[in-house]
Amino acid sequence: MSDEDAATNREAVNPEAVNPPDGGADAVVLTGAEIVCECLLHEGVDIVFGYPGGAILPTYDALTKYPQLHHVLTRHEQGASHMADGYARATGKVGVAMATSGPGATNLVTGIATAMMDSSPIVCITGQVPTGAIGSDAFQETDVTGITLPITKHNYLVTSIDELPEVMREAFHIARTGRPGPVLVDIPKDVQIQEAEFVYPTEPIQLAGYSPPKTARARQVAAALELIRKSKRPIILAGHGISMAGANEELAQLAEKAQIPIALTLLGKGAISEQHPLCLGMMGMHGGAEVNHAIQQADLLIALGMRFDDRVTGNLATYARDSRKIHVDIDPSEINKNVTVDVGIVGDLGEVLRQLLDRVERRPNEAWFDRIAEWRADSELREIVRPAEAPQHPAVPEGKLLGAQVIRDLFEFTAGGAITVTDVGQHQMWEAQYYQHERPHSLITSGGLGTMGFGLPAAIGAKMSRPDQEVWAIVGDGGFQMTMMELATAVQERVNVHIAIINNGFLGMVRQWQEFFYEERYNQTPMVNPDFCKLAEAYGIPTVRVTERGQIEEAVKASRAQTAGPTLIDFVVEKEEIVFPMVPAGADLDDMIRRPTPAEFERQQRERAAAAEVTEAETTELEAPAAAAALGSRFGV
Amino acid sequence: MAKHILAALVENRPGVLARVANLFRRRSFNIDSLSVGRTQRDEMSRMTIVMESDSAEADRLVKNLYKLVDVVHVDHLHSQPSVVREMALVKVRATSDNRREVIQLCDIFRARIIDVSAESLVVEITGEEEKLENFTELVRPFGIVEMVRTGMIALGRGGHTLKDEGFKPNRSRAAARSNVL
Ligand SMILES: Cc1ncc(C[n+]2csc(CCOP(=O)(O)OP(=O)(O)O)c2C)c(N)n1
Ligand SMILES: [Mg+2]
Repeated sequence: MSDEDAATNREAVNPEAVNPPDGGADAVVLTGAEIVCECLLHEGVDIVFGYPGGAILPTYDALTKYPQLHHVLTRHEQGASHMADGYARATGKVGVAMATSGPGATNLVTGIATAMMDSSPIVCITGQVPTGAIGSDAFQETDVTGITLPITKHNYLVTSIDELPEVMREAFHIARTGRPGPVLVDIPKDVQIQEAEFVYPTEPIQLAGYSPPKTARARQVAAALELIRKSKRPIILAGHGISMAGANEELAQLAEKAQIPIALTLLGKGAISEQHPLCLGMMGMHGGAEVNHAIQQADLLIALGMRFDDRVTGNLATYARDSRKIHVDIDPSEINKNVTVDVGIVGDLGEVLRQLLDRVERRPNEAWFDRIAEWRADSELREIVRPAEAPQHPAVPEGKLLGAQVIRDLFEFTAGGAITVTDVGQHQMWEAQYYQHERPHSLITSGGLGTMGFGLPAAIGAKMSRPDQEVWAIVGDGGFQMTMMELATAVQERVNVHIAIINNGFLGMVRQWQEFFYEERYNQTPMVNPDFCKLAEAYGIPTVRVTERGQIEEAVKASRAQTAGPTLIDFVVEKEEIVFPMVPAGADLDDMIRRPTPAEFERQQRERAAAAEVTEAETTELEAPAAAAALGSRFGV
Repeated sequence: MAKHILAALVENRPGVLARVANLFRRRSFNIDSLSVGRTQRDEMSRMTIVMESDSAEADRLVKNLYKLVDVVHVDHLHSQPSVVREMALVKVRATSDNRREVIQLCDIFRARIIDVSAESLVVEITGEEEKLENFTELVRPFGIVEMVRTGMIALGRGGHTLKDEGFKPNRSRAAARSNVL
């Protein structure tokens, strides 16, 4: 994150804080709990997501003296950490979650791990048993700093009230700077109760072992420029780092100046407008076939703020084999981690891109764009989501509502302007494929950890952080049921999130794997669901059920017309849909399972019919490899 | 594959050792030895980490160590002229019959005998890894009752030191600072 964001955080400091940041006031004696609140104000915190309990009660009591800190009571601590995460991702400000010791703290864990994997800046404050009881297996004692050691950027167990202000300051500093991430501060109950003179530290934070890098070395910049100049088939791989560094404008300029197409990671969506002529769209397991082909055929990869996750590379041994590689990231440990690169640059993306922009030059290569256009034309033939009046792909079941169509239409009827927050599964991939994002921070999704249950709470957090924005939670029927208790939070806080359930009656993404790779044994993936509309109505939430494509527009309009409190649409979609294309886990990136073209589909239908006749006549079984058989039954691939 | 010796200066805060140890486990680094101890500055400890790996792996470990907020500086001593030592305490079976032979071996290795009993001797030996290996091989026929090694410690030669400038101990934290455990 940039320093400007840190500055905005600071500017938001509440004037009613006991010690304003200019240090004008004299020191006062405060309890540890009050010091925590003071520090939150100094960091510009306005909302805390949390859940009370014994070990954090002193701090909850102190909160009554700080009405400027709005506390949101979640219905589960996992919701609190996801809300803080959603809040952070929507703005870049640090999100704050609070919980009691023991079960409260352990309930935060999934949200912390989610934030860690996607480099989201949150600070979690947990109560702990009194210092004297630590280690005695006291009531509701857990070693939460131990538990969260590998899933936090850093964490603290505060053992004395004297270190509390410094720890709080460091926690926010570490969370928001460099490669952002979650920081946990565990505060024993006696430290919250003790009193001490509170002076907010004003000297600059000095952490000997922590200094995020800024600019790149001139030699590396020169090496990168040389590779770019010589490249014939370059491609930029833009990740989450672009928007986190606020380097969106620089990315567009680099691509335009050097005429290089851009592929996006899932979290990279929003790095550049997907309407931009140089933006190809998403890469990877469910990325566009043309994008994956372009990566495999490229002679230069310029990876910016992404980490070559296995979901975007496929088989590493065959990944972009003929390409030279430049990798820019703020985290040195990402360079040469999964993919060995020719030029590794460590620095802030904005700074590094500006360094490159100064001198970048390259002769455009039309032939490269022509090839990509050919791949794209092939993809378009296979496209399943078409305007209602256009001829439909023959594979589309007549009169059925497809999840992909819902997303495509939602994109249209929200004019592509919403912040969308997804859960994890097929609907998430359809979102990524069919909702074209224009602005940074407009797609919020759990990419690295793939956390089901993230969607609803993260959407609540996002809306509370950006009340001016339209926010849609796009969730699966499975994941929604993991955190649907947060409907109550949305109602209590009157949070205007629009919930779209892509209800296929299945753990759809797992069902897809079972269809492809486990011979259609759909074990434990069909679900008996509640009536989601009735459920929401029990909370007083207005709802609509959509079963046909023609109903989408009106339902979305009705939802958008509600400007207070949550709304819910239950989109009852086709149960057995597939997300195409798909790179099977570990396969080569361009070895994709594709949806057939209309011509292929019709030929396969004929062949299947013929094969069925043969089988019937000879009553012999056709031998086929398991996966092919599973596919063949429906797609003849 | 080669032996890599890394030296890390870490802030003397509770939990640092757990962080480093957790890093080894979590990212599957195979560590031969790790030794931790005090330095010339109260606020800092020094870790010496020895690993058998290729240099890319060692590089990965250096970068990951740097990601830990409490790690101030890491050096790859492998690439520096450095002095390396390890100490072992070896309890060797030795009775009046063969005690002289064991003592002679100790003399050759400049090892010190620090405890004598009717059945055994405790020998303190310091040196590079190879010397310790050779010594233990030679006394093994007598019978090694038990043994403990410290793991390697190392310093760069001459002017080569680990950077600790820019490190200012934290006012209120100094009190809480005890040890890396
Ligand atoms: C907490 C958690 N448990 C399990 C999984 C594995 N998983 C990935 S997608 C998926 C199915 C999701 O089903 P649903 O929410 O209905 O979404 P759909 O795929 O049907 O759109 C599962 C179980 C996960 N990602 N997260
Ligand atoms: Mg589902």
